[in-house]
Amino acid sequence: MAQMTMIQAITDALRTELKNDENVLVFGEDVGQNGGVFRATEGLQKEFGEDRVFDTPLAESGIGGLAIGLALEGYRPVPEIQFFGFVYEVIDSISGQMARMRYRSGGTKNAPITVRSPFGGGVHTPELHADSLEGLVAQQPGLKVVIPSTPYDAKGLLISSIRDNDPVIFLEHMKLYRSFRGEVPEGEYTIELGKADVKREGKDVTIVTYGAMVHASLKAAEELEKNGVDVEVIDLRTVSPIDIDTILESVKKTNRVVVVQEAQRQAGIAANVVSEIQERAILHLEAPVLRVTAPDTVYPFSEAENVWLPNYNDIIEKVNTVMNF
Amino acid sequence: MKHVLESVESQFEMFQILNEDGKIVNKDDMPDLSDDELRELMKRMVYTRVLDQRSIALNRQGRLGFYAPTAGQEASQLGSHFALEKEDYILPGYRDVPQLIWHGLPLYQAFLFSKGHFHGNQMPEGMNALPPQIIIGAQYVQAAGVGLGLKMRGKKSVAITYTGDGGTSQGDFYEGMNFAGAYGANNIFIVQNNGFAISVPREKQTAAKTLAQKAIAAGIEGIQVDGMDVLAVYAATKYARERAIAGEGPMLIETMTYRYGPHTMSGDDPTRYRSQDLDSEWEKKDPLVRFRKFLESKKLWTEEDENQVIEQAKEDIKEAIKKADQYPKQKVTDLISNMFETLPQNLQEQMEEYKAKESK
Repeated sequence: MAQMTMIQAITDALRTELKNDENVLVFGEDVGQNGGVFRATEGLQKEFGEDRVFDTPLAESGIGGLAIGLALEGYRPVPEIQFFGFVYEVIDSISGQMARMRYRSGGTKNAPITVRSPFGGGVHTPELHADSLEGLVAQQPGLKVVIPSTPYDAKGLLISSIRDNDPVIFLEHMKLYRSFRGEVPEGEYTIELGKADVKREGKDVTIVTYGAMVHASLKAAEELEKNGVDVEVIDLRTVSPIDIDTILESVKKTNRVVVVQEAQRQAGIAANVVSEIQERAILHLEAPVLRVTAPDTVYPFSEAENVWLPNYNDIIEKVNTVMNF
Repeated sequence: MKHVLESVESQFEMFQILNEDGKIVNKDDMPDLSDDELRELMKRMVYTRVLDQRSIALNRQGRLGFYAPTAGQEASQLGSHFALEKEDYILPGYRDVPQLIWHGLPLYQAFLFSKGHFHGNQMPEGMNALPPQIIIGAQYVQAAGVGLGLKMRGKKSVAITYTGDGGTSQGDFYEGMNFAGAYGANNIFIVQNNGFAISVPREKQTAAKTLAQKAIAAGIEGIQVDGMDVLAVYAATKYARERAIAGEGPMLIETMTYRYGPHTMSGDDPTRYRSQDLDSEWEKKDPLVRFRKFLESKKLWTEEDENQVIEQAKEDIKEAIKKADQYPKQKVTDLISNMFETLPQNLQEQMEEYKAKESK
């Protein structure tokens, strides 16, 4: 099996679907000749032509609108928003328009659009590039929000997202693009949207997380194991809707939970996970469900990133708190 | 430098065919319409005027919901629509319900849209249109996508979209035209300039002398048209359509028009921002009066014709509102079903919850 980085796995998924379905279109700022600022679309224009993989004018709302119009003509658009911090420019096209297409038309129209976008901290970008804004789109009914943490998941989830007949926001953590390689099968395979994955089995405590924090959590789990704490790590993979069944199964086994997200604490994915757990499994809990998050400030200027972002020490501390409760 | 600066100053001349007295002032551009087609245009304008009057009355009786009056804008709305073919795609603004009706939306469904029932947004099979857009300008960027799709599919049809004078201040207005221009997409962009964005006058929207000239920045064709002259609006739209399907790119059409009524029936009071003098000035330009004079001079229209259309409209409206009133009410489970192709876990649970509530 091929060893790939996450960015290679994403390119591979795009190539697979461009080949599979002539209605798949890939477009955005710099995605053509240049292959995207992260090279996610490297070589795709050359391989599939300028009608299938093309540059757009520099306007995010226009890109979102273009995707909606093309979807109405039977295409399956895969637009790229160059950085998810630019989502404020296209939030009407996403939340006000594509998310509502099926509902607004009484089920007679749909928007099979996959909006891909890089996000996430730790790579020293300028302002409004790194913010974790998944909560913003997860709050909008009508969207699915997917965040892969490994090359294998990235390819399978992206293929599933493109094939989905409703809009999917597919967020790619920049720090994971090239930080490691993983096994990625050749050809097509899918991973069901809305299904979490147990990345590490354990019996003492459950960490529920996603994105780059999956790796911080796995690192914390290794450290904790040295002290005899057996940690289970659940990777949500889809943050809206969340896979409550997989979480509950784990909670009923471990009775202790820490939810970890890179985003700020207020009104986020972690808060939703905590609410669902306490509504459905409070009698299985031996301790309050704690959260590890960033503080509720604006995303910091890049020099302060490393003191601001949650890290594996923060995770170890919270796991110890729930273990000793 | 001065001569260079002067060379970019633009002032668009307004395109007109029929003047206020119903006389042809521009014979060269007179569209090639048969007598039957001319009569059909008049019929549609009279019918739509009656529909507007009845809709306002029904709204006041509480039998309709959201309604944006259309009287005054018939030539802009129906003249542009008359130049379209069945396969063309309409992306309307919230006041553009008449175009949907003449494109194939049954009247009772237009009433259901007003009442806030999703069946009003279910366009009949084979009718290419979106439901009316509420966000000002959002339809412009979507139209560029449809227009590009039509071009890539090799279809000989266009995507037409409508906004108002206020809409031209939105970023989406420019982005839509700019994308369509860059891709040479099959698009017609209409601005119905009725002089007021709710209460804000046209002069406060922009320093630009015309809205049509905004096409220049996007590199597309633009024209200002007398929006009370149905023949001029028809001719301009027909020209734009032919260009677009010939691969010559999109066109912006600004129609100079006026809405006699309030912005919507939800509490707007035009006396707060418009003078009676201005109202009367525009009523003199009325599209129906002008076109009626023209047709009467050609012996193509009589009082009897007019009354027949009025009676037919009233009859249709009566039937349609009855049908809309009797249409099954929406349930929460219907709304849940319309969210996704396959319901995710959270909505599956909520579906069960509401099914139980609804069966009580």
